[in-house]
Amino acid sequence: MPLLKVTIDNIEVEVEAGTTIMNAARKIGGSVVPPAMCYYSKLEGSGGYCRTCLVKVSQGSFKDNRPMPKLVASCRTPVQDGMVVQNRTSPEVMDNRRAITEFLLINHPLDCPVCDQAGECHLQDLSYEHGLEETRTEEDRRTFDPIDIGDLIKLHMNRCILCYRCVKVADQITDNRVHGVLGRGDHSEISTLIQKAVDNDFSGNMIDVCPVGALTDKTFRFKSRVWFTRPFDAHRECAKCCGKTVLWMKGEEILRVTGRKDQYGELEEFICNDCRFHHKETTDWIVEGPRKIERHSVISQNHYEKLDIPENGEESE
Amino acid sequence: MAEQILLKNIDVPGLASYEVYRKLGGYSSVEKALKNYTPDQVTSEVTKSGLRGRGGAGFPAGMKWGFIDKKTNNPRYFVCNFDESEPGTFKDRHIGQLNPHQLIEGMILGSYALGARTSYIYIRGELFYVLRIIEKAIAEAYKNGFLGENIKGSGYSLDLYCQPGAGAYICGEETALLESLEGKRGNPRIKPPFPAVVGLYGCPTVVNNVETIAALPWIINNGGEAYSAIGIGNSKGTKLISACGHINKPGIYEIELGLPVEEFIYSDEYCGGIRHDHTLKAVVAGGSSVPILPAHLILKTAEGKPRLMSYESLSEGGFQSGTMLGSGGFIVMDETTCIVKNLLTFAKFYHHESCGQCSPCREGTGWMEKILHRIESGHGTMKDIDLLVDISKHIEGNTICPLGDAAAWPVASAIRHFREEFEEHVKLQKCPF
Amino acid sequence: MNSTLKNTETGPEFNRETLDLVNKIIKRYPEGRQKSALLPVLHIAQAENQGWLSSETMEYVASLLDIQPIEVFEVASFYSMFNLQPVGNCVIEVCQTGPCMLKGSEEILAHFENRLGIKAGETTADGKFTIKTVECLAACGNAPVLQVGTEYHENLTTQKADELLDKWKAENKISHTNPYL
Ligand SMILES: Cc1cc2nc3c(=O)[nH]c(=O)nc-3n(C[C@H](O)[C@H](O)[C@H](O)COP(=O)(O)O)c2cc1C
Ligand code: SF4
Ligand code: SF4
Ligand code: SF4
Ligand code: FES
Ligand code: FES
Repeated sequence: MPLLKVTIDNIEVEVEAGTTIMNAARKIGGSVVPPAMCYYSKLEGSGGYCRTCLVKVSQGSFKDNRPMPKLVASCRTPVQDGMVVQNRTSPEVMDNRRAITEFLLINHPLDCPVCDQAGECHLQDLSYEHGLEETRTEEDRRTFDPIDIGDLIKLHMNRCILCYRCVKVADQITDNRVHGVLGRGDHSEISTLIQKAVDNDFSGNMIDVCPVGALTDKTFRFKSRVWFTRPFDAHRECAKCCGKTVLWMKGEEILRVTGRKDQYGELEEFICNDCRFHHKETTDWIVEGPRKIERHSVISQNHYEKLDIPENGEESE
Repeated sequence: MAEQILLKNIDVPGLASYEVYRKLGGYSSVEKALKNYTPDQVTSEVTKSGLRGRGGAGFPAGMKWGFIDKKTNNPRYFVCNFDESEPGTFKDRHIGQLNPHQLIEGMILGSYALGARTSYIYIRGELFYVLRIIEKAIAEAYKNGFLGENIKGSGYSLDLYCQPGAGAYICGEETALLESLEGKRGNPRIKPPFPAVVGLYGCPTVVNNVETIAALPWIINNGGEAYSAIGIGNSKGTKLISACGHINKPGIYEIELGLPVEEFIYSDEYCGGIRHDHTLKAVVAGGSSVPILPAHLILKTAEGKPRLMSYESLSEGGFQSGTMLGSGGFIVMDETTCIVKNLLTFAKFYHHESCGQCSPCREGTGWMEKILHRIESGHGTMKDIDLLVDISKHIEGNTICPLGDAAAWPVASAIRHFREEFEEHVKLQKCPF
Repeated sequence: MNSTLKNTETGPEFNRETLDLVNKIIKRYPEGRQKSALLPVLHIAQAENQGWLSSETMEYVASLLDIQPIEVFEVASFYSMFNLQPVGNCVIEVCQTGPCMLKGSEEILAHFENRLGIKAGETTADGKFTIKTVECLAACGNAPVLQVGTEYHENLTTQKADELLDKWKAENKISHTNPYL
């Protein structure tokens, strides 16, 4: 099959037919990659919901060189041969992305100082990059009480952006689905109606796919900002999964275990609940060495001046 | 009076029964098509007729049928969109309730043309009483050999069922409808693929509106050319207009496309003028989603030409000074109407009906409702008016399905044409009406 | 109330007649697509469970259609006709959208609220009436409009509202009846 030629923000790349604009951009890498709050390459049928990845197609293809009338979701739009795409080079795209960020934030609590996700939150990144200086909403925000989904996962529905990733995990990699979306419109919520435990060997991956701090690890020991912990690649012999994880350590203690994420914040491989929740002793693991992590939200630390962050990056207790 | 294709016998007592309908010539188009036409010939008559979808988008029906993938071995489906939920629209109920056999006759023709062996009529759940009428008519059609195995000895077999919704405007959007018909939440699908390729149960599917389907028997009986001789320009045939609001004679009228708007509003044959001799203030011409126009722009285009009831004429002037024929829901307002308040009910509607899948619509519709509520109750600011315009601009075109646009257009157009009324609410700190 | 949905020891269950109707509906869809029957069956189940869907009722529907309970919860909570909380015997659904508002629906709603001493969304203390506001019922030409069960009442005036209410009171109106019958 001949490769298709695509130009994104003036950079040319060749990709196979069927590739989306998003994945063509990822092949180039860097700033031409649109932000993705809902697309997840490892989950079938993901993407299309958040609209943060909208881009402008200024030329449809070599054959039909007309522009597309509307901005398109890059994660859901396949490229054509000769397509010309504008991401950051289009003021229209940047303006609409700012607006979409605002939409995502109008019902969002912005309680980063007390949120487990702070420091590794995609919404936080997005709002610093595209958000407005001040909020234009005077209205009350939607509020929900945090609930337990079983004894391992906590749901802060206030922070959920309805990206559907966790639902797709529940659908695609766990067998008996008990997790889903209830309600409609802005009353939609992620929940099980009767708060039944999501007990399944792979359910913990919902935490890792969640782009925000809506689904968090209840076994995360001590209230600690992520940036006070040090990540290490580690592995163990596991019958259920690859056993390759990241240990988030403070001194000699393992505070939590997650899967390994790539530069787009996506898991390289899904891990089982055994590894994630039930192996918190250093003797359980063979530590490979420190993990290089692109702390994409380092800037976010500086934003919370009120938080007293010591120079050495250790939490003051 | 225009040729009556859809409402000709609507007042005949007992029309909903097979006997009466049959006596008036009902089902003759099915006999004709099964005997004389191949499925493709039926499609070609419909293409020739110039019939456009009556559900709102106005897409040519024959062309849509032509997209269906006939090469797969999968079954194909024909589905009737009887979700009728766009505020101001109440024409399909009229057909379903009084003349269900004409809809069934059209369903058989469409199913035959597309090669469907099973077809569904998806009707909004609130209209269960109409569902019962249609189910009774379907049973009669089976009994008389127009449905089921080997229809009238033609070798063609068709099963037809009626499926209820359960309260969700979004299920009128065709892919949400298909999801709902599969027993799921009514979340619109991301397109492409379009239903003609991947539709119901993953199979090629065509969805058409009730009124579109009910026009098929006449087209087959009289020929596509006869149909296309009615109307004006690319607006062929007749259209049901459901007229409501401040007029003397609210109701459902079958007009020949091209009728002057002025005649439609003021003539006794149609709306009969504005109630209590009031004056016309504004019209929402094609269901709540289309831009509202003030009296002078609905009666005449910006260039001063008389405005006609047709796809082209109503949209003349674009969003600046025009609107759309849409579903034919014609909402008339006299000078006692508060535009802001009317708009608030629409904003509330779209907020309530957003499926919640995509962020601009999920979050933006609620935000717009809150701001409008603030303005209407006298707590708004001048900045709020611009904020509304800004929000609507950023919802429009950025969503998965057109509900986002449908929520944005009424807001943008009301402020475009009636800005002073919004400002008055802000200045007086209360509703001036 | 002659509900056919019996609470047996193992949970709620339809009677034979209703099960026959459900099975007839399931046959309308291709093999393996029985989930398509979910909306029709939920309508029936709600009618048989005093007008609302309890989680037991939804779990029973899931078992009838051989799907996961969450699939039923997701759907039931999406559609506005399904009540997930108990309601009164007679649910009065008053349309509030533009065309009805233009013709005085607010007055009609206020009239019901005053006469019953409750607000929209509430149920009278005796459990007889619930008032619900709904969006356009596709009858705008005869605005204002309301719905009770599967009945439409159109061209409402306060006088007509009084007549209806008196009649419903006299006959102990129950709005949740099997919509297929
Ligand atoms: C939000 C939304 C609501 C809609 N509601 C209806 C409806 O109630 N009835 C209808 O026939 N079409 C409705 N449509 C249009 C359908 O998606 C589709 O275009 C139509 O059923 C096709 O039939 P037609 O070509 O015969 O008009 C709606 C579209 C949208 C986006
Ligand atoms: S989810 Fe992200 S943006 Fe929201 S409070 Fe947590 S860290 Fe902040
Ligand atoms: S809980 Fe997280 S993963 Fe699930 S939909 Fe919400 S934001 Fe997405
Ligand atoms: S535009 Fe609104 S209704 Fe349509 S898919 Fe998005 S959220 Fe749902
Ligand atoms: S990442 Fe493409 S729409 Fe969310
Ligand atoms: S607005 Fe009430 S029936 Fe349409």
